Amino acid sequence: MTPSKIAIVDYGAGNLNSVKKAFDYLGADVVLTTQPEVVAAADKIVLPGVGHFSALGALDNTGLRDAVLQGARAGKPFLGICLGMQWLFEGSDEAPDCAGAGMFAGRCRQFPASVKSPHVGWNSLTVKENSRLLRNVTPESFVYFTHSFQAPVVDATTAATDYGTQFSAVVEQDNIFGVQFHPEKSWTVGLLILKNFCEADS
Amino acid sequence: MLTKRIIACLDVDNGRVVKGVQFVNLRDAGDPAECAAAHARDGADEIVLLDITATSDNRNTMLDIVSRTARGLFIPFTVGGGIRELADAEAVFQAGADKIAINSAAVKDSTLIGKIAARFGSQAVVVAIDARRVNGGFEVFVAGGRTPTGRDAILWAREAAACGAGEIMLTSMDRDGTKAGFDCELTQQVADAVSIPVIASGGAGSPQHFIEVFQSGRADAALAASIFHFGLENIGQLKCELRAAHVPVRWPC
Repeated sequence: MTPSKIAIVDYGAGNLNSVKKAFDYLGADVVLTTQPEVVAAADKIVLPGVGHFSALGALDNTGLRDAVLQGARAGKPFLGICLGMQWLFEGSDEAPDCAGAGMFAGRCRQFPASVKSPHVGWNSLTVKENSRLLRNVTPESFVYFTHSFQAPVVDATTAATDYGTQFSAVVEQDNIFGVQFHPEKSWTVGLLILKNFCEADS
Repeated sequence: MLTKRIIACLDVDNGRVVKGVQFVNLRDAGDPAECAAAHARDGADEIVLLDITATSDNRNTMLDIVSRTARGLFIPFTVGGGIRELADAEAVFQAGADKIAINSAAVKDSTLIGKIAARFGSQAVVVAIDARRVNGGFEVFVAGGRTPTGRDAILWAREAAACGAGEIMLTSMDRDGTKAGFDCELTQQVADAVSIPVIASGGAGSPQHFIEVFQSGRADAALAASIFHFGLENIGQLKCELRAAHVPVRWPC
């Protein structure tokens, strides 16, 4: 079997070296790309992203949005990380004019005023459903978060995390996966989750 | 539950990890990449690498060290020292850092914080503040703690946060290297003044000091260097003691 080719979508939002480095470490065939054609030719798609939700607007202007959505609709395994997971929802209060992909209902909102924002550090995963992405991950494992907005818990939520409110930490529906935390920075737990994605079938 | 972070700091001089007491008596503690990997295995939640020589002629050596250290490190990795402009930050991120720490350059020009944050996100920008008790207040010092600025540390922390800093790394110059405990009063004042996380630094000498800075200092993270390098404290053992005191930590680690 030919190893699957993973495209990491580079739309100019922050530093993606860490994500690539983690896939490299796992021996994956991975490429960082700004080109819709490269995304279209890949077997799997990773949409990372840190920073402001409006940065996702760059997807619309570059043809990357269509390439990513077509790949996802065609059943290619898709992993959204942090902002890339939030994009799977309808939108975010952080940038009301910027549309998400709308695969999951609801919008991303700020944390309640009772907690400091951003949410930075290691927090635990409350695993809700059987999840391919979380295969062999011990319940209540800790992973590294850094974000100011949070996505609601929906039917596709397979793990939630508590910080002032309960929010989606992992979503999964068929070939669509998303994680709010940074698996590339979450030590052995994070590497296991990325490995599970590498092994996910179309 | 969000846990309190234990951060291992590597002070690097000419390519080697060193640690002195209040910046003198430097002792060799090893190779940065090996030290970082060992700390990660030992349960460190994060690694900070500070280039304490930070002279312009060793930048390429430093970038090589950052690159080697980052290669096998899958926990957050911050690099500081000698970052004076956006291009310096870009080079450090390119080499594999997840966050950069800026100190003197941010005091000199606070717009640098926003420039780096606009390109790499606020989460990637740590503003390091070296503070010392002066006349009943806390004054900001720059240039490795040598130069007083006349600025109030609490007000500067608030301004840095408003400029787009993602975290504050707060070092008590009075306590640095003394192992006499963190300055909890300084930490608590800054932690209450900003909504971004505050990393307490300077003075770690025992598990009790960490418990104090998390509980009364309200720190989100605590950083230490020498006690970890010379085997005076094992991070796993430290976390055991923190758990016993009901401080939430990443466990097992």
